[in-house]
Amino acid sequence: MTQAEALQEYLLRLADSDMILGQRLCELCGKAPAVEEEMALMNVALDLVGQARNWYEYAADLIDDGRDADKLAFRRDAHNYRNLLLTEQPNEDYAVTMGRQFFFDVWHYFTLKGLTASSDERIAGIAAKALKEATYHLRRSSEWVKRLGDGTEESHQRMQDAVDILWRFTGELITPDDTDRVMAEAGIGPDPDQLAKDWRGMVNEVLTQATLTPGAEDAWMYMGGKHGEHTEHLGFILAEMQFLQRAYPDATTW
Amino acid sequence: MPQHGDSDSRSAVDILIASDRVPANARPDLLTEDDIWAILEEVKDPEVPAVSVVELGIVRAVRWDGKELSIDLTPTYSGCPATELIEELITEALRAAGFRDPKINQVLTPAWTTDWITAEGKEKLREFGIAPPEGSSSKMSLLGEPEVIACPRCGSKDTERVSEFGSTACKALYRCKECLEPFDYFKCI
Repeated sequence: MTQAEALQEYLLRLADSDMILGQRLCELCGKAPAVEEEMALMNVALDLVGQARNWYEYAADLIDDGRDADKLAFRRDAHNYRNLLLTEQPNEDYAVTMGRQFFFDVWHYFTLKGLTASSDERIAGIAAKALKEATYHLRRSSEWVKRLGDGTEESHQRMQDAVDILWRFTGELITPDDTDRVMAEAGIGPDPDQLAKDWRGMVNEVLTQATLTPGAEDAWMYMGGKHGEHTEHLGFILAEMQFLQRAYPDATTW
Repeated sequence: MPQHGDSDSRSAVDILIASDRVPANARPDLLTEDDIWAILEEVKDPEVPAVSVVELGIVRAVRWDGKELSIDLTPTYSGCPATELIEELITEALRAAGFRDPKINQVLTPAWTTDWITAEGKEKLREFGIAPPEGSSSKMSLLGEPEVIACPRCGSKDTERVSEFGSTACKALYRCKECLEPFDYFKCI
């Protein structure tokens, strides 16, 4: 894999993960447990979609085959999507929604932090902007994990169930593949070992405070999202998200 | 709660049509970069119409050589939905002043920070009912306690955070325990 190929791949992973999680959160519009939560969820989704656009625009410039950010988001099928499996998992109850957000936010925060020092200036610029937003996301989701985990008997049980359900998708966040390694060696992406260490450190810290038990470090993990092998959920997300663009390609009037 | 369109009930189409109008007798060649900054001072943020885009600190540069005008604009948040409307409002204001083809460049670096909101802008936010960002962005803690925010209405510091996010991504929702009013806090980033 050349560095140029790895870079395109890496940018699509960042973009797709932001986009799919943003889309997932939008499903809760009008259905959140409280009005403040509704606003918060939609604002987080908005941040993620905005960041996705920045990554897609850069990817589109590099791919340079006439596709723009919209076409990359709305005209690729599931096997071409490179998002982390965690981001496509269903919302379920609020413990799962916030647990998924928390595991993602910790990864996102440390990834973006690493990318602010990227040797690629455009990546460093997008990351510096996104990091400020991700910091708020992490602060909020970690507070929810603590509140639910260290709450009532039922909220504790549900939050622990959420950790147990989602844990199998977290290995992908911190297990590097060739693309991640090529990016790190080029000084473009963050150091995978450091990322794994930081992710584990913060997740353990917050889960401990939340009186929750993390999964085993050597637990069997689902991987494949970064290579286009997805769970059954992604196709349904894309079916809804891409419907209009597929039905009316290049529509300019809504 | 201020929303898009509070300050300007026209549709995006009206704005686009208006932005095509360049007065026939306009002499932009007589204007200086200072004059252009003064024009931009009149362009209000559509979500927070109390402050101008200059007071908000999102206009990063103005370059005018007598022939070409280019403006550097930075978004407050990656997904700020007002960004495109702000570009249109700026274009409209500049066309009205005679600039036929102003170029507006989106710049992400350096990333916008609330430190760039002018002192006057912060005061206007407070008068508008939005608590301005407290302190410097470098102080923001990741998992620490929330900052002490004064109520923009009664000034009490006995307030509590209701949600990390308010009516827009740039704001958090607070409540004053003294006067019992809810209020938006312009987050420090």
